Amino acid sequence: MNDPIIEVRDLWFSFNSIPVLKEVNLTVRPGNFIALLGPNGGGKTTLLKLMLGLLIPDRGSIKIFGQPPGKSSHRIGYMPQHLHFNQSFPISVLDVVLMGKLRPGRGWSRYSHKDRMAAEKALKQMEMWDFRNRRAGELSGGQAQRIFIARALVDEPEVLMLDEPTASIDTKHQTDLFDILKELNKTVTIIVVSHDVGIVSSHVKSVACVNQQVFYHDDAEINQEMLEMAYQCCPVELVAHGMPHRVLLKHEEDD
Amino acid sequence: MFEALQFEFMRNALLAGLLTSIACGVIGTFVVVNRIVFLSGGIAHAAYGGIGLAFFFGLPFVVGTLGFALVVAMVMAVVTLKARHRSDTIIGVLWASGMALGVILLDLSPGYNVDLMSFLFGSILAVPTSDLWLMLVLNGLILLAVGYFYNDFLALSYDEDFAQVRGVRVKFLYFLLLAMVALSVAMIIRIVGLILVIALLTIPPYIAEKYSASLRTMMLLSFLLSCFFTMAGLWISYAFNLTSGATIIMVAGVCFFISLFFEFLKSGSLFSRGN
Repeated sequence: MNDPIIEVRDLWFSFNSIPVLKEVNLTVRPGNFIALLGPNGGGKTTLLKLMLGLLIPDRGSIKIFGQPPGKSSHRIGYMPQHLHFNQSFPISVLDVVLMGKLRPGRGWSRYSHKDRMAAEKALKQMEMWDFRNRRAGELSGGQAQRIFIARALVDEPEVLMLDEPTASIDTKHQTDLFDILKELNKTVTIIVVSHDVGIVSSHVKSVACVNQQVFYHDDAEINQEMLEMAYQCCPVELVAHGMPHRVLLKHEEDD
Repeated sequence: MFEALQFEFMRNALLAGLLTSIACGVIGTFVVVNRIVFLSGGIAHAAYGGIGLAFFFGLPFVVGTLGFALVVAMVMAVVTLKARHRSDTIIGVLWASGMALGVILLDLSPGYNVDLMSFLFGSILAVPTSDLWLMLVLNGLILLAVGYFYNDFLALSYDEDFAQVRGVRVKFLYFLLLAMVALSVAMIIRIVGLILVIALLTIPPYIAEKYSASLRTMMLLSFLLSCFFTMAGLWISYAFNLTSGATIIMVAGVCFFISLFFEFLKSGSLFSRGN
């Protein structure tokens, strides 16, 4: 039960010979709710894509459920970062969610009644069932985010990997979303990429700061030293220390 | 129109139009949603090299265009996967080199080169029955492949990373898609010629996209539109003694602008949803 779900050992990755990740070690155990925090360009999304097998490391190893990435992808629910691509694509909300039930070599067979039931459950969970027949491209940012989380959830994954799930939604909905994730975390291990320290620190169980290197912290307590390591470029002020942790950056990041 | 149907070439022209409409609807839909219009144009023009090869070595034209278009498509698949950031430049180079190869091989071929215009602007009125059978087979293959991999192609077109995480063989499907684009292009060249092929491959899906709730509907609607364009174009070209390929494209072009106008009336701005 307590075997690690994800094990990253001495991982190196570079893009066009510019190093992106160096000497990364990270172990994720079942039941964890871990946030990958760090500045833009720090390598958070890259690390997630390496774990998913979408990118191949230069050196080092990654094991997901004891296997190389890509071998057990049906046990992972994934939500990519950029969701506002191709807004004119003719696809309904329900069909987007059903995509999460895709299996290799399915061939002629279409989605079953069971798949549709699962899609209904996931959409209801994200309170998007009423939108099932709408075109996905017509949704607002927050609504789109929720259907993509439903798509990640529909196959009842053991791990949920979400890349910037709060990128285009307002603060109230961000908190709602993290409340939902906290609830899901009772049964599912969650890895979430974010650059928003505030929202994350009050909801997650552990934090990994990603800025070329990875610093893992077994609790969500965010301290000055950790932030400075992660955000070397911009000075950070730790305003209040207690529960919940509130952290303010000295200047706003402009995205 | 009906008295024209007593001629075999007219019946063949109609059948050829209907058959290529299948490829236009199905593959054109993928070309538009995957934004590989430029790449498809590259395949179409580079296929001229295949015409040159066929002339030079005395092969049947179908073998030349189909074979060469397939080879070019596979090269483009490799290039666009390996060097995404410069893929448009490389497509442009292949586009021009293929055509140049064709022209030079035709220069070197002995004898008078008959009716090259028909390759540039199509020759729907000169489709032999044997070509119709070939089109039938090619369309059958395309429908089989797309039917079998429909959900995989849908995921690949919509969200490639997600598709790959779900275990879809995205690279294999990408090669398969470009191979089918090459087959379709080779067929459509017969109808409207290589210069106009992109119009027939993209105008029907572009119009259909706005009125379709799914990729499946978009394919069906594009097929119907493409049928209408080829039939109407053929009839007008027969009635007014015009070049058939150009007339077909003109019908499609006029419908394209009419659809843009309706879109403008509906939403108050052009290209409002193009993103």
